[in-house]
Amino acid sequence: MRAVDALMECLKAEGVDVVFGLPGGANLPTYDAFVDGGIRHILVRHEAGGGHAAEGYAKATGKVGVAFATSGPGATNLMTPITDAMMDSVPVVFITGQVRTELLGTDGFQEADTIGITMPVVKHSFMIQHPQELPRAIHEAFHIARTGRPGPVLVDIPQDLSRAEIDYEPVSDVRLPGYQPRLEGNQKQIRQAAKALAAAQRPVIYAGGGVVNANASEELTEFVRSDRFPVTCTLMGLGAYPAPDQQWLGMLGMHGTRAANYAMDEADLICAVGARFDDRITGKLSEFAPRAKFIHIDVDPAEISKNVPAHIPIVGDAKHVLAKLIVEYRAIGADPARLEAWWSRIDGWRQKYPLAYEDSADAEIKPQYMVQALFEATGGEAIITSDVGQHQMWAAQYYDFPEPRRWVNSGGLGTMGFGLPAAMGAAVGCPDRLVCCIAGDGSVQMNAQELATCAQNNIPIKVFIMNNGYLGMVRQWQELFWDGRYSHVDMGEFPDFVKLAEAYGVTGMRLEDKRTLVDDMKRAIAIDGPVLVDVRVTREENTYPMIPAGQAAREMVG
Amino acid sequence: MGEPGTKEPLSLEELEASSNLRTGRKHVLSILVENKSGVLTRIAGLFARRGFNIDTLTVGPTEDEQISRVTLTVDGALHPIDQVTKQLHKLINVLKIRDLEPADTVARELALFKVAADGVQRGELMQIAEIFRGKVVDVTKRAVIIEVTGTTDKIEAFENMVRPFGLIEMMRTGEIAISRGRSET
Repeated sequence: MRAVDALMECLKAEGVDVVFGLPGGANLPTYDAFVDGGIRHILVRHEAGGGHAAEGYAKATGKVGVAFATSGPGATNLMTPITDAMMDSVPVVFITGQVRTELLGTDGFQEADTIGITMPVVKHSFMIQHPQELPRAIHEAFHIARTGRPGPVLVDIPQDLSRAEIDYEPVSDVRLPGYQPRLEGNQKQIRQAAKALAAAQRPVIYAGGGVVNANASEELTEFVRSDRFPVTCTLMGLGAYPAPDQQWLGMLGMHGTRAANYAMDEADLICAVGARFDDRITGKLSEFAPRAKFIHIDVDPAEISKNVPAHIPIVGDAKHVLAKLIVEYRAIGADPARLEAWWSRIDGWRQKYPLAYEDSADAEIKPQYMVQALFEATGGEAIITSDVGQHQMWAAQYYDFPEPRRWVNSGGLGTMGFGLPAAMGAAVGCPDRLVCCIAGDGSVQMNAQELATCAQNNIPIKVFIMNNGYLGMVRQWQELFWDGRYSHVDMGEFPDFVKLAEAYGVTGMRLEDKRTLVDDMKRAIAIDGPVLVDVRVTREENTYPMIPAGQAAREMVG
Repeated sequence: MGEPGTKEPLSLEELEASSNLRTGRKHVLSILVENKSGVLTRIAGLFARRGFNIDTLTVGPTEDEQISRVTLTVDGALHPIDQVTKQLHKLINVLKIRDLEPADTVARELALFKVAADGVQRGELMQIAEIFRGKVVDVTKRAVIIEVTGTTDKIEAFENMVRPFGLIEMMRTGEIAISRGRSET
């Protein structure tokens, strides 16, 4: 059979039920194979939309997402999703077409050095040099994408090789002698961690996206509740611990709660699980958690002691390590009473500094209220995707996620235009769930073309645009740190989102009245098929609280 | 004191971070890689984007044709070696990395020096080459080429000696290194 027919067999063997992509010259053979290949393919309108859809699918389902693109501009359009998947450790396999081998290196039509361009932002990549290599490369790509610290893997296939005949035999093993992720965790180190936790007077558990990736939510919850440990999650970790809860401090970091950030600041022991001490968490590194010792659990050894030196490093995935840590910790029988003073301190912060905003007295919709209204309209049951900016932070603050994989956003790379296609991918992967996108009016325009994909395939996402007519987060920074000199942040009243929706064959709505907002949102959700809702919110509202960039947690404002 | 069998509480104060961030010395990393296209680019690209400088780099075959060896030297005063090796380990085609202990390692470099030498100077130059166990590999009326093998220190010393004669060109391979004794590098 042709190499591309074998590719379809490999995808089926990997359990792939849907892929996102866009054909072109260099992947014509692949698209010919789709005709009889038995794989559901969703035709997107831009390769970036397809890449983010594959990410959304992967984040919501925990399975490997797949995106296809042709050579040259098709592949370069995937750069943002690939980088995004790298930064947020999302398992996606990208399969690109390449010019015929005889044209490689000649600047042929639609030739780009896809392997070279993507090398810094992939977990690994394969350039197919012989058609017979293809099946093994595909299986190895899936294996690398989903195991260890997940990430993007790219397979680049020259056109002539993709149509060549090969002897296909199913591949049942992978041969990757240089790739053996350590999952288990060193038992001695885990015992040390348990002892340190038992000795701590002011411990904090700091959990990140690694807990979600390892499907370790239950273990995290059990571990936190094995004592009265305070727990906080990063933006990527939201949902890893069920919110709200007595032991839950809220999100930490630049726009996290004061309780979470102050607890980190005063902690004597911080137990990081699947988190990487990003600058949005630490602020000024030299003043970060100055009194704390650190236990650092991560499946990626390179994360440990990268930014903050660990006192008890544990290489392993959150699921395995936490399960063992629970056993070790219980065996010690620590006295929860030692944490009384710590909790009264934390509760003091909680009471004094709850998440709050000044609500409007009239019909005006405050952006924070918009998120609360959506929480109410969805019963807190939706998968929420978001773009990047103020709306993302408000969504993270005001929508409580009771379980993992409910919150799908672009954390590390901060990609505007992520939310809508990611919602599309999440909805395709989870057809029985309500999927809502909280979008910014700036962000949504960066991948609005995928509304056509949603309309054509009846993918019933509900997109709620938090429309303030500004690139809001940039405006906020210009207001606070650049003397209010607004420079190119005003988006005006363009476009008319209701008409845009209708042009794409999607239901469009505009909501401007707070008093009916919850009911109006319920109405939008009840509509069959995709809906785009233009919610007009207060124009100049700031996201608070906030640790100004490069400052310490103590310096929180707002 | 607790009951027998009760674990001692561990005091947090005694915990120390394993922070070997800057060692302050030169490190020779011996890296076995799969002999696949793009491996060197992956290594070089990793160093570039993480802001690590490579002092020297050599690549060559090993006794197994599927595997190549990369020997590179990095300044441990400038870079956290621990982080360098951990990042290298993440490359799928990297099989094994050894941060060679100087005392247990034989390291050698080959250098070629093209030195200006007319009749008068030539004798003195030959003497210096002999002291360094260098070999004259080419002689013309106006220049000689001398081959020297040795440690980086020795080659640098030789360079200092011949520079006053008029060093026209120098080429160095960068170090290769092998561990002493029976065990594999």
